Amino acid sequence: MPAKRTRRRRVPAALLAPAAVGLAFLILPLAGLLARAPWTELPARLAEPAMLDALRLSLVTATLATALSLLFGVPIAWLLARGDFPGRSLLRALVTVPLVLPPVVGGVALLLVFGRSGFVGSWLHERFDVTIPFSTTAVVLAMTFVSMPFLVVSVEGALRGADVRFEEAAATLGAGRWTVFSRVTLPMIAPGVLAGAVLCWARALGEFGATITFAGNFPGRTQTMPLAVYLALQSDLEAAIVLSLILLAVSVAVLASLRDRWTAVA
Amino acid sequence: MRRTTPALALTAALALAALTACSGGDDLDQTDPDIKPATLTVLAAASLTEAFTEIGDQFEAEHPGVTVEFGFAASSDLAAQITEGAPADVFASADQKNMDKVTDAGAAVDPQVFALNQLVIAVPEGNPDGVTGLADLAGLDFAACAAEVPCGAAAETAVAASGADLAPVTYEADVKSTLQKLTLGEVDAALVYRTDAIAADDEVDAVEFPESAEAVNAYPISALADARETYLAAEFTEYVLGDDAWSVLEAAGFQRP
Repeated sequence: MPAKRTRRRRVPAALLAPAAVGLAFLILPLAGLLARAPWTELPARLAEPAMLDALRLSLVTATLATALSLLFGVPIAWLLARGDFPGRSLLRALVTVPLVLPPVVGGVALLLVFGRSGFVGSWLHERFDVTIPFSTTAVVLAMTFVSMPFLVVSVEGALRGADVRFEEAAATLGAGRWTVFSRVTLPMIAPGVLAGAVLCWARALGEFGATITFAGNFPGRTQTMPLAVYLALQSDLEAAIVLSLILLAVSVAVLASLRDRWTAVA
Repeated sequence: MRRTTPALALTAALALAALTACSGGDDLDQTDPDIKPATLTVLAAASLTEAFTEIGDQFEAEHPGVTVEFGFAASSDLAAQITEGAPADVFASADQKNMDKVTDAGAAVDPQVFALNQLVIAVPEGNPDGVTGLADLAGLDFAACAAEVPCGAAAETAVAASGADLAPVTYEADVKSTLQKLTLGEVDAALVYRTDAIAADDEVDAVEFPESAEAVNAYPISALADARETYLAAEFTEYVLGDDAWSVLEAAGFQRP
């Protein structure tokens, strides 16, 4: 059996050529950054407390945003894939709005709702003395708004690809609806959920436009790595490159270690 | 119906051909042989958006056949674009520092300061919190630019000169988004340029404060070494330094150097 798996599959030339061009297009800009990076500055940058604050804030908020997206996004995906109600395709289109909306506009839209004079924000402000803009909460909300659609789309695709007969069999054997979902459906679509969560986390980590508009830029509170990179870019291109490479390296390391852990379990 | 369609199409095509032939002839008759259509690309600081758009229209009116295209963005973004080889003819920066970057890279010809700009405290129309100077910002939520951009460096200097212990709730990436936080009602005040406050005249009031004189921003303009329209680039630079452009800049709230 293993011999069969390791036997090389011939790649059709019609796929190989565009794949090579596409890969070059995706990888060359990264090579450009690496070539331009002032490597000698790297240790000094890594020791900067402001940089570490931004990195920690980015990792924490992107993870919280992914958790929120899982909590709310998986049920949305289930509704879109399995639900049977009028206006479902309209709802599906609405869910993907944040994908199309320029993130800066998304940030303004969030301000209009959750801002100090927004219709939810003003109520929160008067009732509980809570203001969301310019807080870490705002960063998490901005990230969730922009990245949740990635999770919903992935999970909905996985649900549509999953065989409904397993769910039906479980139901005939007396399993309740929640048991069917948690014991049959969820394990079946786990790879799709995982892929969606990874996409969602990566998008949240790179989030810039909605964050700077909705949460502002305050070091240690709302200044995530992309914001720090953008501001560094205003005065010092090399510093900005170093910061982006640090963000890139950390995110690749996190994703790679997660993958190893999951494949080890499986 | 089907049979008449090709005939109709043919008639339409013939009519169109006749029409374009005619207008083509007219154009030839009226075109001055000295004027060649040309496009001048001007990269200018975001705070020049309103004033330069108007100056561009004036310049086009005085130079038939010339189209002025503007790229408005943060001066630092533009400086990076120019030093990385973006094609452009003229650069107008909101501060000396970014013009110096371009000059040091050998990309600017002869920068000259054409306007000065100063900070004001922008407050909502009617000044509900009664702000009269920097000290009044102490109990308020206010926005300012980040120190990495010119308006933020100016704000830092002005606040330091006042001796007050003030920190904004957010350090914005550019002056327009700083003002936007005020117009959206998220802050009580914003430190912005006088020109930006004047541009948003119907929504905000500008409170002048003495410390802003410590942080005056100079706006230099220069033709670029790699300009394709060398003559026009020099011509436009001269025009911006001249009196016709000055009346536009003055109305926008700039001061003369």
